[in-house]
Amino acid sequence: MKNLLEELGKKSILTLEYIGEVFMLIGQTLFWIFVPPFKVKYVLYQMNRIGVLSLPIVSLTSLFLGMVLAFQSAYQMKQISAEIYIAGLVALSMIREIGPVLTALIVAGRIGASITAEVGTMKVTEQIDALETLATNPIKYLVVPRFLASIIMLPILTIYADMIGIFGGYMVGVWKLKISPTMYMSMTYDSLVPKDIFTGLFKSFVFAIIISIIGCMEGFRTEGGAEGVGRATTASVVTSFILIIAADCLFTALFYFW
Amino acid sequence: MIEIRNLHKSFNGKKVLDGVHLSIDKGQTLVIIGRSGCGKSVLLKHIIGLMKPDAGDILIDGVDIAKMRGKELESLHLNFGMLFQGSALFDSLTVEENVGFGLIEHTKKDMDFIRKRVKECLTMVGLEGIESLSPSQLSGGMKKRVALARAICMSPKIVLYDEPTTGLDPIMADGINTLIKELHEKIKVTSVVVTHDMVSAYKIGDKIAMLYNGSIIQSGSPDEIKNTSNPIVQQFITGAATGPITKEV
Repeated sequence: MKNLLEELGKKSILTLEYIGEVFMLIGQTLFWIFVPPFKVKYVLYQMNRIGVLSLPIVSLTSLFLGMVLAFQSAYQMKQISAEIYIAGLVALSMIREIGPVLTALIVAGRIGASITAEVGTMKVTEQIDALETLATNPIKYLVVPRFLASIIMLPILTIYADMIGIFGGYMVGVWKLKISPTMYMSMTYDSLVPKDIFTGLFKSFVFAIIISIIGCMEGFRTEGGAEGVGRATTASVVTSFILIIAADCLFTALFYFW
Repeated sequence: MIEIRNLHKSFNGKKVLDGVHLSIDKGQTLVIIGRSGCGKSVLLKHIIGLMKPDAGDILIDGVDIAKMRGKELESLHLNFGMLFQGSALFDSLTVEENVGFGLIEHTKKDMDFIRKRVKECLTMVGLEGIESLSPSQLSGGMKKRVALARAICMSPKIVLYDEPTTGLDPIMADGINTLIKELHEKIKVTSVVVTHDMVSAYKIGDKIAMLYNGSIIQSGSPDEIKNTSNPIVQQFITGAATGPITKEV
């Protein structure tokens, strides 16, 4: 029993330390964003990596999910002859939930992992120390461009995923269920209010902070060679996934039930 | 002039540095010797401010680097060059971008000037025409030399070397030693070299200090170290498997 309590205590302290480190890194990143010189080139490079290169996978997954959503809801709606409502259902689920969360999870898996692997390898091969000896702050040089690129690109990717998902639903609705295109589109527009779009984008903004900060922090915490880099990468993806879903739950509750 | 006073550092309760006193004169090359894992690299990282001591002072020209933070420490780093054990070249950048990193990041010099300076530094370390290669295309010895070129590119006043000859064949190692000696004579820098390679230590050092159990147990000229009566230093420099060092373990 005593051992169990001791273990619990240790784990809680470690968790609190971790949370502290996360907020420290966010604070330092916000500070270094405003310290000159400003290297736009590095941000653009990361924007390409995080945003543009994620387009194919985001396109495919959201297209298919939009279609699946339409198929599944059509199956239910058919029983009450209300297939026309799938337009609103697809649009709402995409914009409120699936667009932001799915895009964030994909980017966390694709980019969060690669940020950790990259920064972690730099840590274990002393490249981060080398940066400091060359009078360059690692947070300014490594974290700031990735952070800025993430908070710019993830919301854009989310809007894109929303549209592709809605198009997936449209394909099913119009071509398979024979709903008229004008009818489908007007049902889509009618179901949405600006709040849905803004809350979706706000969420993706928060998810971008989670992905970039956890990715970099796990990288900085990496110790012990290739094995350590592997461990850190796993930790980064797992932590990001959990935090994204938890934050999603929190914000959905805040936005729609309070 | 570097002066280290009563430096202490522990990791997870284990004392690594336990009251280190050391001074290095301007333009001098000090070699710190000691067994692997005895804290030599830790000491080096304290001198450049990468690690903060638990207690003690590290004075660089009278200013305590241990108390420096942020921008102040960054501008002091411009006076330093450091060669890392594993070279630590940035693998997302080319050789040219690596060597010219400091100039690109911290000066407003145009690319022509930077290219010229990079070429000059690479020539100094005996390399030519590899500017556009990436570090992964280089051999271990070339990496060390590129890293050395990067360390001296900003014309630092102090250069720190962390095991410059480890992992190199004896001929390449001697090449690096000669290079360090030449650079030292050419650009008159203060150097601190950490090594367990005695050939290297005798060749490049003006002064040798041995780190053992967290403190400096002896320091002196290479000749003084060679003729030491201290049995611990004696065992280390002769590389004997039995003696006072191994007895304690």
